[in-house]
Amino acid sequence: MAAEREPPPLGDGKPTDFEELEDGEDLFTSTVSTLESSPSSPEPASLPAEDISANSNGPKPTEVVLDDDREDLFAEATEEVSLDSPEREPILSSEPSPAVTPVTPTTLIAPRIESKSMSAPVIFDRSREEIEEEANGDIFDIEIGVSDPEKVGDGMNAYMAYRVTTKTSLSMFSKSEFSVKRRFSDFLGLHSKLASKYLHVGYIVPPAPEKSIVGMTKVKVGKEDSSSTEFVEKRRAALERYLQRTVKHPTLLQDPDLRQFLESSELPRAVNTQALSGAGILRMVNKAADAVNKMTIKMNESDAWFEEKQQQFENLDQQLRKLHASVEALVCHRKELSANTAAFAKSAAMLGNSEDHTALSRALSQLAEVEEKIDQLHQEQAFADFYMFSELLSDYIRLIAAVKGVFDHRMKCWQKWEDAQITLLKKREAEAKIMVANKPDKIQQAKNEIREWEAKVQQGEREFEQISKTIRKEVGRFEKERVKDFKTVIIKYLESLVQTQQQLIKYWEAFLPEAKAIA
Amino acid sequence: MEVHPEAGKEGKPSCALVELQGDSSLQVEISDAVSERDKVKFTVQTKSCLPHFAQTEFSVVRQHEEFIWLHDAYVENEEYAGLIIPPAPPRPDFEASREKLQKLGEGDSSVTREEFAKMKQELEAEYLAIFKKTVAMHEVFLQRLAAHPTLRRDHNFFVFLEYGQDLSVRGKNRKELLGGFLRNIVKSADEALITGVSGLKEVDDFFEHERTFLLEYHTRIRDACLRADRVMRSHKCLADDYIPISAALSSLGSQEVNQLRTSFLKLAELFERLRKLEGRVASDEDLKLSDMLRYYMRDSQAAKDLLYRRLRALADYENANKALDKARTRNREVRPAESHQQLCCQRFERLSDSAKQELMDFKSRRVSSFRKNLIELAELELKHAKLKGPPGAPSAKAV
Repeated sequence: MAAEREPPPLGDGKPTDFEELEDGEDLFTSTVSTLESSPSSPEPASLPAEDISANSNGPKPTEVVLDDDREDLFAEATEEVSLDSPEREPILSSEPSPAVTPVTPTTLIAPRIESKSMSAPVIFDRSREEIEEEANGDIFDIEIGVSDPEKVGDGMNAYMAYRVTTKTSLSMFSKSEFSVKRRFSDFLGLHSKLASKYLHVGYIVPPAPEKSIVGMTKVKVGKEDSSSTEFVEKRRAALERYLQRTVKHPTLLQDPDLRQFLESSELPRAVNTQALSGAGILRMVNKAADAVNKMTIKMNESDAWFEEKQQQFENLDQQLRKLHASVEALVCHRKELSANTAAFAKSAAMLGNSEDHTALSRALSQLAEVEEKIDQLHQEQAFADFYMFSELLSDYIRLIAAVKGVFDHRMKCWQKWEDAQITLLKKREAEAKIMVANKPDKIQQAKNEIREWEAKVQQGEREFEQISKTIRKEVGRFEKERVKDFKTVIIKYLESLVQTQQQLIKYWEAFLPEAKAIA
Repeated sequence: MEVHPEAGKEGKPSCALVELQGDSSLQVEISDAVSERDKVKFTVQTKSCLPHFAQTEFSVVRQHEEFIWLHDAYVENEEYAGLIIPPAPPRPDFEASREKLQKLGEGDSSVTREEFAKMKQELEAEYLAIFKKTVAMHEVFLQRLAAHPTLRRDHNFFVFLEYGQDLSVRGKNRKELLGGFLRNIVKSADEALITGVSGLKEVDDFFEHERTFLLEYHTRIRDACLRADRVMRSHKCLADDYIPISAALSSLGSQEVNQLRTSFLKLAELFERLRKLEGRVASDEDLKLSDMLRYYMRDSQAAKDLLYRRLRALADYENANKALDKARTRNREVRPAESHQQLCCQRFERLSDSAKQELMDFKSRRVSSFRKNLIELAELELKHAKLKGPPGAPSAKAV
């Protein structure tokens, strides 16, 4: 199915290409429920003109590559855009995606144009409403599970391997159900690659779970106690949520690195994710530089929407942090309550044993049993408190950090554009001076430079507009997801609270007659 | 001595701890209490038709130290050696509560005004609860004395109830301390006696059983009491935790413009309700469980003290027997030895008889008190759980 294809020669941001890409973005970032066809217009990159019908399922008698891809397109018409471009793989995944250096826009555009060029005809003819509809359709046919944490190796070189299981009917994957073994650094590596490709053009890439030196050391050392099992479980759940969020993002789902992560049995070790590696230190330096730069960029915000949203996210961030801290305290205290209840249950049982009045003795033993069951309830509730409520909050705190990052990238983009404009101005001034001084040999150079910078200014403007547009869409999508996420969790959490209460009622109702039976 | 059931007194919190069947000829209660800087002043009101008193209704103001003086006076009185002396009320301790209020006052700027008001309310309620409890403890002490046919006739008791002036017990503090120290030494000797290390042979099965029973029971109830306290404190902690959560959810909700608004606000409401209920659960557990366990821990200690006294009397009796034998063999001072032995025997038998009665009373008192409190505890827990439950369900759907 995958055939080698050269990416169409990419000009330096030729306006036409870019425009196409923009429309293409719509297609890629929305989930598709229907795909309408239209006669294709020939593409420079040797796309034969063809009649593409929406319901064609059989292979087309033309070039193999396009055929298969089109087939995929329309076979999945009712479910998912499967702009399968396995050709992208050799282009991107053969070279290890750098963990740190941001990839220039050109590399990014390449694969997109490539796959987009196949479906370009379709895109152009789709009406606005269709695209809208697709944006509202929410059918993702992919399920990810992270399970079976297994300790591999011994001592300080040991690590936990997790099984990542994918169940999907998307055709971009070779099978419908498959699983691989991955370790934590693999997940970090994946995030690093995705971030380097998509963050700086405005996509909100879900952040990976945090590292924990303490936690991992305990596991490595081999402590088989409840705190290390808890740690592993916490991490497993976090990794699962991370992957689920990542695949929900329609653009990221298309990424070959993600596919490789989910599918291939062997994955090159992502050493750049280690904190103390060279890449790690470079990361820290970059982060510091970024922070300084952010302070010095004074952007003339022409679009109030961005300012509003930034403020909104800032507020949300603060509120979530506060809530998260309080919920963590709640979890802690509920665990304490559980421990204390268990201890009390034991002493009530002992007291019951030493009580010589039989009926009272029995009642006390029953009390001890009730308290033991209540302790269980407390533990379960603490579990729910944590995994539903607290982890959701910490996930969103990190997600909002990613959102803020994306806004920052936009600022940097603007700065680049600004700088280009300033430089262009300087070049023009220099040219004027040369004109006056009448140095003919230098004029040509000056004119060349001006042209170069004019192009850069244009590119800067385009990129800025592009990132702004992407961010708007991303934020819209993010907000929708956030509302859904929170609502689901709140309902589940409420149900857990209700259930706890109902159990409590049952236990005390069972105890009451015992107490009354004391004669 | 006639025993009339006391009507209308059951409503007092003190009666939850001890079921009293007293004589209406002497009714004692603490009608008022005032908390000043370091001390609490109790107004002890007596209603009595006994001829001994000058009036039928009168009250005096007493402080904690005077209660202790009264208790010690009973303990030191040989006449009451065969009785369980009601345990002395614990010293009023507002330290922890006061500290917390102070810390709250010093303030945490991140706390909103609403949160602050709620926390203050909680702490004030806590302070009030401690206050009420100390009043109840002091009251039940007096009421048990008033209900006991023998103890109520004590002269010191009358003085305590009637004497208008200060009993000037405070001057005794250093002496008391010394006395207490000595008493502790004696106590450890008693422990040895009672645990059978001394080799005294117990003749009565009933007392043998009681001894083993009380030793174990006392330790275990002390344990249970401590742990019940911890559970109660955890519940309180939880209730306090809900305050900032509720506040944060409210502000999150008010900032949202979408569907999440209702969800957050409803959740905030729920946490607020949970807070109040959790607080009530904590205070109910405190009163019905912790306090009861604590009281019977002290009461069982008092019962143990009775056993010590009896065993000491038995030891005295045995020693007197030995002395008599020796005197008889030497044929010297037989008379005094005989009379001494007689005295010891009588004393021992007197103690044994009354101790038996007292211990049986102790058991029935304990059983009925546990019964009452456990039933009330279960009923209250049910009430609270039912309040927390169903209202939560509709709100889940509304969310």
